Amino acid sequence: MSDTPEPAEDLPGDLPAAQAVPAKRWQLPLVWLVPAVAILIGGWLAIQAFTRQGPTVTITFQTGEGIEANKTRIKYRDVDVGEVKKVEISEDSKSVIVTATLSAQAREFAVEDTRFWVVKPRIAAGSVSGLGTLLSGAYIGIDVGKSGDSRSDFVGLEVPPILTEGQPGKRLVLHAETLGSLDYGSPVYFRKLPVGQVVAYDLDKDGRGTTVTIFVRAPYDKFVTTNSRFWSTSGLDFTVDANGLRFNTESLATLVLGGLAFGSPEGQAEAPSAPSGTEYQLYDNERVAMRDHDTTVEYYRLVFHQSVHGLTVGAPVEFRGLQFGEVSAIGIHYDATTHRADVPVDIKVFPERLRKFSRTLPAPGTASAEIVRGMIAAGLRAQLRAANLLTGQLYVALDFFPDAVKVKTTTSAKSKAGSPQIVSAENPLEIPTVDGSLNELESSLTSIARKIDKIPFDEIGKDLQTALRSLDKTVKNADVLLRQLNEEVAPELRLTIEEAHQTVSRAERLLQQDSPLQTEMRDTLREVGRSAQSLRTLTDYLDRHPEALIRGRTPEDKP
Amino acid sequence: MSASIGKSEDVAAQFPPHSAAHLGLTGCHACGQIVAVGEHHHCPQCGSAVHLRKPESLSRCWAFLLTSVVLYIPANLLPIMQTTSLGDTQSNTIMSGIILLWTTGSADLALIVFIASMVVPLGKLLALVVLLYSVQRRPLGSPRQLARLYRLVELVGKWSMLDVYVVTLLATVVRFDAFMSVHASSGALAFGGVVVMTMLAAQAFDPRLIWDALEERGQKQPEGAG
Repeated sequence: MSDTPEPAEDLPGDLPAAQAVPAKRWQLPLVWLVPAVAILIGGWLAIQAFTRQGPTVTITFQTGEGIEANKTRIKYRDVDVGEVKKVEISEDSKSVIVTATLSAQAREFAVEDTRFWVVKPRIAAGSVSGLGTLLSGAYIGIDVGKSGDSRSDFVGLEVPPILTEGQPGKRLVLHAETLGSLDYGSPVYFRKLPVGQVVAYDLDKDGRGTTVTIFVRAPYDKFVTTNSRFWSTSGLDFTVDANGLRFNTESLATLVLGGLAFGSPEGQAEAPSAPSGTEYQLYDNERVAMRDHDTTVEYYRLVFHQSVHGLTVGAPVEFRGLQFGEVSAIGIHYDATTHRADVPVDIKVFPERLRKFSRTLPAPGTASAEIVRGMIAAGLRAQLRAANLLTGQLYVALDFFPDAVKVKTTTSAKSKAGSPQIVSAENPLEIPTVDGSLNELESSLTSIARKIDKIPFDEIGKDLQTALRSLDKTVKNADVLLRQLNEEVAPELRLTIEEAHQTVSRAERLLQQDSPLQTEMRDTLREVGRSAQSLRTLTDYLDRHPEALIRGRTPEDKP
Repeated sequence: MSASIGKSEDVAAQFPPHSAAHLGLTGCHACGQIVAVGEHHHCPQCGSAVHLRKPESLSRCWAFLLTSVVLYIPANLLPIMQTTSLGDTQSNTIMSGIILLWTTGSADLALIVFIASMVVPLGKLLALVVLLYSVQRRPLGSPRQLARLYRLVELVGKWSMLDVYVVTLLATVVRFDAFMSVHASSGALAFGGVVVMTMLAAQAFDPRLIWDALEERGQKQPEGAG
């Protein structure tokens, strides 16, 4: 615009007039919509931010490892449901308190039995989990409880639980003497299929065993019945006992990780499915687990007067070859007066096992003591026999020995005569013993050895030597003789043989068919024959006319 | 007091005597044709809207200012950028980003971001408020100073978008998906809104009103007005 003000008169008169447009109706300029919209949006965002806030919870952990304020998230089934806002040390400096806010959708998560744990990279029981957290940082896992009571302060778990709520299956409680190599997550097998895991374990309060909680997934949980048996399959099962050598392993995984398996004993009727929470005993191996657990136990004492080397506690006790018991204790008893030491061996037998095979065995009862006494009178004795010549292990055999020495049965405690004794562990019935067959073998071998020992090998040796020496001399002489024979006698012999040969050939010539000798001989024989004939004639005549000897022959008698 | 346009002569009389508006004349923004104007008008040459002063300048300026203030709150509260580095995701608001830069040793970067993201928008807002206040109530400076202020606002306006550019560029360039990646968050949107609104507010303000107000108050500058 110019500096000099000019009146409007200078302007040309024919300036175009702008076209008039009627004024709009709106009072308020439309532009105010813009801030209105902005305020609305802002307000909506603010409201959303407030409503998205869920409850605030505090979780106590032992360590704040991996947890960062405003960064660490809480995830449920890997979905973000909250964030950690503050991490601070507790007042007694023993734990770490983590304050976190959950999102609105997680409002129902803050209940009584909800559990929190930190998900960090973890190697346990054959699985490596949480590797993603190596890069992204740890997060807090949450397992929502089903309770209805809300709760805002929790104690976090130090170890992640194996399973989350809502997984179908059964929880079972097992009692074991030792944990073996089981750990969180060790697999549970059924017919060699992994069907569950170890969820928790703890030492019993009295320190005498452990309690292991396992979880068997559906649909395999229906195979856990009231007569199922559980056994540990950790590592290898290697036994050398009276029955021989045994080597068993479940799978390569259990070699490293440990595990346990379950099954039902053969031949039993179908049992109902066991409810969740049932308690079982965990055995050391399948063999022990499947053994029939016998209800009646009877106790006997056997006093051996020989060495029991090779007999161990647990060695089998057989009756006529059927195993029905085991050795429970081996002791020694020294009698100071007679200076003799005997070996009392306590055995426990399970008559149920024999009953399994038999139809004629009597039913159990307190009269079993009488029955046994009867059998002892009939010759029942206990003997140690070699189970395995290789390892030298022995077992106890109860058998009938008809020519055994008769004994009077006694119990080791005083008893009233005639009253039936209850055979118990403190009051075992004594079964007399005979020396083991192995012992006899031993003693005969010993005596043979002794006899062999008595043989005067030295003298024999010496005599043999002398004989050999003389033989040597004889041989030498014979040698000389032979030489003589060869040199002197032999040529003579040859000459003799030649002469003999000549003689034989001469004789042969002589005796030939048409040799003169033969001819003459024939003639002579002919003559002799004629003579004999004549003589016969004479004798015949004389026979008829014996007087002819004196008178001579009459002319009529002349032939 | 908005510069509402009534009948031409009354309207013209409102304006300072040395101005074209006083004569009822104005130039068309589009084609430059000098037009005698009354109420709402259109240029006879090109047809675009023609007015003595920017219509509803003050209300629009206030509206846009208010919007930008409203949007400024979420721009600072919501995260502007998400950085994922080796699986570790970090969300940053403008302030937290500045603090992060400062504490990790890039003080110069922190300063730049602070100026671009905090000082400039707030400064613009403040300047516009001053201008509006000066026109509507009491001038807080001489017209020359106010005009200078206005020019500053317009100049700086170009650079207000710096922060948004930074976020956008980072998001596009840093894309090593597994190792590092940057994503813009809702705060960037809000901040962009703030900047746009301040720009619109600056554009809506008609600086000629400064002298109109002077005239109304009867304070005439000896240098004259343009």
